[in-house]
Amino acid sequence: MALLDVHDLTVAFPSVTAVAGLSFSVHESETLALVGESGSGKSLTALALMGLVPRPGRVSGAVHFGGQDLLALPEARMRQLRGRDIAMIFQEPMTSLNPVLTIGRQIAETLRLHEGLSARAARLRAIELLDLVRIADPGRQVDSHAHRLSGGMRQRVMIAMAIACNPRVLIADEPTTALDVTIQAQVLDLLDRLRRDLGMALILITHDLGVVGQWADRVVVMYAGRKVEEADPIGLLRRPLHPYSRGLLGASPRLQARAHYRLGRLAEIPGSMASALGQAGCPFAPRCDVRQDKCDSVAPALREMGEARLVACPVAA
Amino acid sequence: MSAAFLRNKAAVLGLGLLAAIVAMAILAPVLYPDDPLDMVGTPFLWPGQDPSFPLGTDSLGRDVAAGIAHGARVSLLIGLWATVLGLALGVSIGAIGGYFGGWLDDVALRAVELFQTVPPFLLVIVLVAIWEPSIRNITLAIGLVSWPPVMRLTRAEFRSFREKDFVTAARGLGFGHGRIILREILPNALPPIVVTSSVMVATAILMESALSFLGLGDANRVSWGSMIGNGREVLRAAWFLTAVPGAMIVVAVLALNLVSDGLNEALNPRLGRS
Amino acid sequence: MSTWRRVTRTARRTALQAVPSVLAILALNFLLLQLAPGDAADVMAAQTGSPTAQTVLELRSRFGLDAPLLDRLAAYLDNLAHFSLGMSPRFNVSVLSLIGERLPGTLALMLTALGIALVVGIALGAVMARFAGRPLDRAISVISLCCYSIPGFWIGLMLVVVFSVKLDWLPSGGMHSVGIEESGLAALLDMARHMVLPAASLSLFFVAIYARLTRAAMLEAQEQDFARTARAKGLSPSAVAIRHVLRNALIPVTTMAGVHVGALLGGSVVVETVFSWPGLGRLAFESMMNRDFNVLLGILFLSSLLVIVANAGVDILHSWLDPRIEDVG
Repeated sequence: MALLDVHDLTVAFPSVTAVAGLSFSVHESETLALVGESGSGKSLTALALMGLVPRPGRVSGAVHFGGQDLLALPEARMRQLRGRDIAMIFQEPMTSLNPVLTIGRQIAETLRLHEGLSARAARLRAIELLDLVRIADPGRQVDSHAHRLSGGMRQRVMIAMAIACNPRVLIADEPTTALDVTIQAQVLDLLDRLRRDLGMALILITHDLGVVGQWADRVVVMYAGRKVEEADPIGLLRRPLHPYSRGLLGASPRLQARAHYRLGRLAEIPGSMASALGQAGCPFAPRCDVRQDKCDSVAPALREMGEARLVACPVAA
Repeated sequence: MSAAFLRNKAAVLGLGLLAAIVAMAILAPVLYPDDPLDMVGTPFLWPGQDPSFPLGTDSLGRDVAAGIAHGARVSLLIGLWATVLGLALGVSIGAIGGYFGGWLDDVALRAVELFQTVPPFLLVIVLVAIWEPSIRNITLAIGLVSWPPVMRLTRAEFRSFREKDFVTAARGLGFGHGRIILREILPNALPPIVVTSSVMVATAILMESALSFLGLGDANRVSWGSMIGNGREVLRAAWFLTAVPGAMIVVAVLALNLVSDGLNEALNPRLGRS
Repeated sequence: MSTWRRVTRTARRTALQAVPSVLAILALNFLLLQLAPGDAADVMAAQTGSPTAQTVLELRSRFGLDAPLLDRLAAYLDNLAHFSLGMSPRFNVSVLSLIGERLPGTLALMLTALGIALVVGIALGAVMARFAGRPLDRAISVISLCCYSIPGFWIGLMLVVVFSVKLDWLPSGGMHSVGIEESGLAALLDMARHMVLPAASLSLFFVAIYARLTRAAMLEAQEQDFARTARAKGLSPSAVAIRHVLRNALIPVTTMAGVHVGALLGGSVVVETVFSWPGLGRLAFESMMNRDFNVLLGILFLSSLLVIVANAGVDILHSWLDPRIEDVG
């Protein structure tokens, strides 16, 4: 039984459908990676799970979690879950913390809200949490403001804030993109350790296939708001089935050396996602190097290709 | 840009009101050729009481409508010229400080800080009290206190533009500083200055009305502020003598603010969304 | 760095920065004093009843008014060093004591008006930002734009017509009722009743300004990433708006409050005149009518000092509100 089951999720804006009929599930204590270029709808998927899609976006479908459909919950009920059962950290640690409040107060705020701790108890717990995310001298740093901290430290603070109430699902939206390469591994390592220690599921959103191979249990590749491939990371990296996955692998700089497939153009996939908007057939067809005529008219359905493997491409084999 | 402005209903309303007031000011000598300070009717006629005095008469039997029309001339004249003076001072000092930097900029900044420390309306009162109250002196005084915001704005624009590629290119081509300031940077810095200038006219009109309300206006000219000052003496008996000219000030200032908001949205598409 | 250290450091820095401003204002004041038509000797000679050229010259030399410019400047500065701004020929008391007598009235009125403007303006701005683009926002927008365009003295007179003349709810002027005890709760309430209309007239313009400023600042702040973080915690919209968005939006709004002290002083001249409020503004009006330049320039000088103090206060408030300040200075 999945912990979180997303069914036919659609996020529509007046001019564009950002997420179209997306389904996936997340199991207890596993790491699911959502992979795609910017604009593939992965961040909006995360916001939809949190119930935080900005206006005028409309969300439909179903998100089953703990026996209820999150999308059908009244806002007041959703607020109780948010930050307590499902938490999220964001891409930009530099701007995601409130500049005028101490980090201790920002962590304590979550604890006081969801666990009803006193100011004093929340502060002590905030110090513990800072220690847990390996911030040195937490008793002093708890009174620091965000601008005094490095990017890596800020992201640790964000993580401390997110795990404060032992959530069952943690969504990490490009948590390391804005950080130095050397810090990236440390932060991902921390997330992975916390996932194991706290027994929470982790939805890791990234555009970096290198991250996927090392940290994910399962991967969903997204393109133009749709799932185009789902696989275990080893299988995906060894043998990506969807032409887009292959392209991503080719465009992933750190994997080039050990990539099995080399596309004609290694640097990037030609074209952009904008060309997929309002298209009848396969959204990837305009950029695809194995495109067939039918791809322009019929949107490809997901096919099972072996165990726990799905791909939305009729050409793939 | 003009299309964006014209789509904004509030801005068009402001422009319409402004045009009406300007027309009234221009036509005042034709509509009311006599001196509006002359006694022409029975005192204390309420608006509508006598069709020949649609806005009534004051305690000395002067035609309120004539005063309103001629008062528009004073308000607009002072508002306009004080703004021209303020713009001339602010833009030139700001341009020089922002473009050259260094000690020139320091001096300019010190000057603007001084003027922003002295409460502007009090300084206007002192200046007008020292000089004799006349249209010219009031305009000078208001112009003299109204340049600091434009100066800061112009300075900031010039500071950001002086590093831009097209300015460097102009320098590389051997253009002189004067040409670069006037022909290369100024046109680019103009939009926010235009927006501010319409607020400046509004502020100048408010200041002039407060001055003449206090009795520091030009005694030989009727102005909306002095009409309010006179009306105040008989506030209990004939409050319309205060209400009518005040309402005119509100309409004129509101029109200018609407135009300024409209210009701001049309010239700053980024802000226009919100 | 602790909040306290940050604040004291800012306080020291602003105090140092104020020195050249004070000097510049002194210079300006001296210059205006020289420009003023007629000096103290003229006025005093006029008071003797039959001024002759001879008495004027005698008076001039007695008070050192015929000395060269630099000597007069030295005398002026020497006076100031002894906290003297000269005498008021009209009231025949020292300018400083005259001003000192009127200052509390103006401060009470100004601070009340500023308080009303900040509280009401920020509240309205927050409501507008919350309902941005919807009818409530539009309605408040229109009203605030109108308030922004109304001269304070005129709305004061209109309020008198409605609330004093027609309804007879509130006094139309003065600070105390005749025959009321000088102290105690009753006197305080009586003064508050007298303050309602002038404070409302003086604050209206600033209410509109702060409403507009707060709206813009909050709309900007609520688009920031930290506001999204706050929402992701499960905070209610009002908790996000107040604890996170408003707290950040207050920074630009309070900056403007410092700038507005000068404008408030200017506004208090007309409003105090309308309501016969015994304050500096009313004194400025009276001395202007009497061409009493010593008093007028004394008021100008002290008002400028007040603006400097207010700006320093805002800087200090800022360093308390914005922890990033420490990196600037």
